[in-house]
Amino acid sequence: MMPDLGEYAVEVTVAYGVSLLALALVCFLYIRRSRSVKRALTDAEARKDA
Amino acid sequence: MNSTSKSKHLWNLFWKLANPKVFMGWSGRWLPWLSWLTVLLLGSGLIWGFFFTPDDIRQGSTVKIIYLHVPAALMAINGYLLMFIGSLMWLIRRQHVSVLAAKAAAPVGMTMTLIALATGAIWGQPMWGTYWVWDPRLTSFLIMFLFYAGYIALWAAIDDDDTAADLTSVLALVGSVFALLSRYAVLFWNQGLHQGTTVSLTDGTKQENISNVFFLPLLLAMVGFGLLFLTLLLIGTRTELRMRRLKVLEVRERMQ
Repeated sequence: MMPDLGEYAVEVTVAYGVSLLALALVCFLYIRRSRSVKRALTDAEARKDA
Repeated sequence: MNSTSKSKHLWNLFWKLANPKVFMGWSGRWLPWLSWLTVLLLGSGLIWGFFFTPDDIRQGSTVKIIYLHVPAALMAINGYLLMFIGSLMWLIRRQHVSVLAAKAAAPVGMTMTLIALATGAIWGQPMWGTYWVWDPRLTSFLIMFLFYAGYIALWAAIDDDDTAADLTSVLALVGSVFALLSRYAVLFWNQGLHQGTTVSLTDGTKQENISNVFFLPLLLAMVGFGLLFLTLLLIGTRTELRMRRLKVLEVRERMQ
């Protein structure tokens, strides 16, 4: 399944590893903040309406 | 619908989106579709590029880094240009959605710049014999990264939102010079190790594009990176708009 990367296996693997990790991290942080702010706003709206 | 009325429709939509309520409704409808399309295209492009493309005669398997490096560099520059437009609209028309979109774009743009710099360095070592040189394109990318970081830090450092928006917008306008330089540095200074444009969609007569074996997955990855940027931009802008509303409600609570 894994392609034969020859003498540059380390370079290619590290490039993909670092990039995918960075992309996953930024997605995680955006989604987590979005959820926490949405929850806090819902609570604040509920307190205002109460 | 002919092309004139289409562009008029898009232009009207663009200005309507400056209204936070319209923006929230529109983005809420499109976000799930956009997210799935991003996963599909980005996943396909990277899997195709990594697993199903051959090695290059001269570069060996390092050519596979192109599916990360070029799309990330493309979005790093375009992300900054988006910040430029959002900031300019704030300074001229005081539209909150535009400056909050610029704010939301910055961390994604900085991540893209970091990926472009990191993959470029990793690719550079076996091809050029060094991780880094003070080449015009590399240097302008590094400066653009620092502008991204400075822009984010400035937002975090100022409590008053409108003052922060003013100051960060000016910073974004100044930094856009380096975003342009990072795109055209190779043309301005014909020196350094970095090559010119690898892929040209518009100028087929002058530029010889890379072979379709590499180009098609690269195109898919570029569209995928663009959609990922757009998805995170919408999520981030929606969060910033909610944050503003939350701040208003909290101030009202404290005053009661």
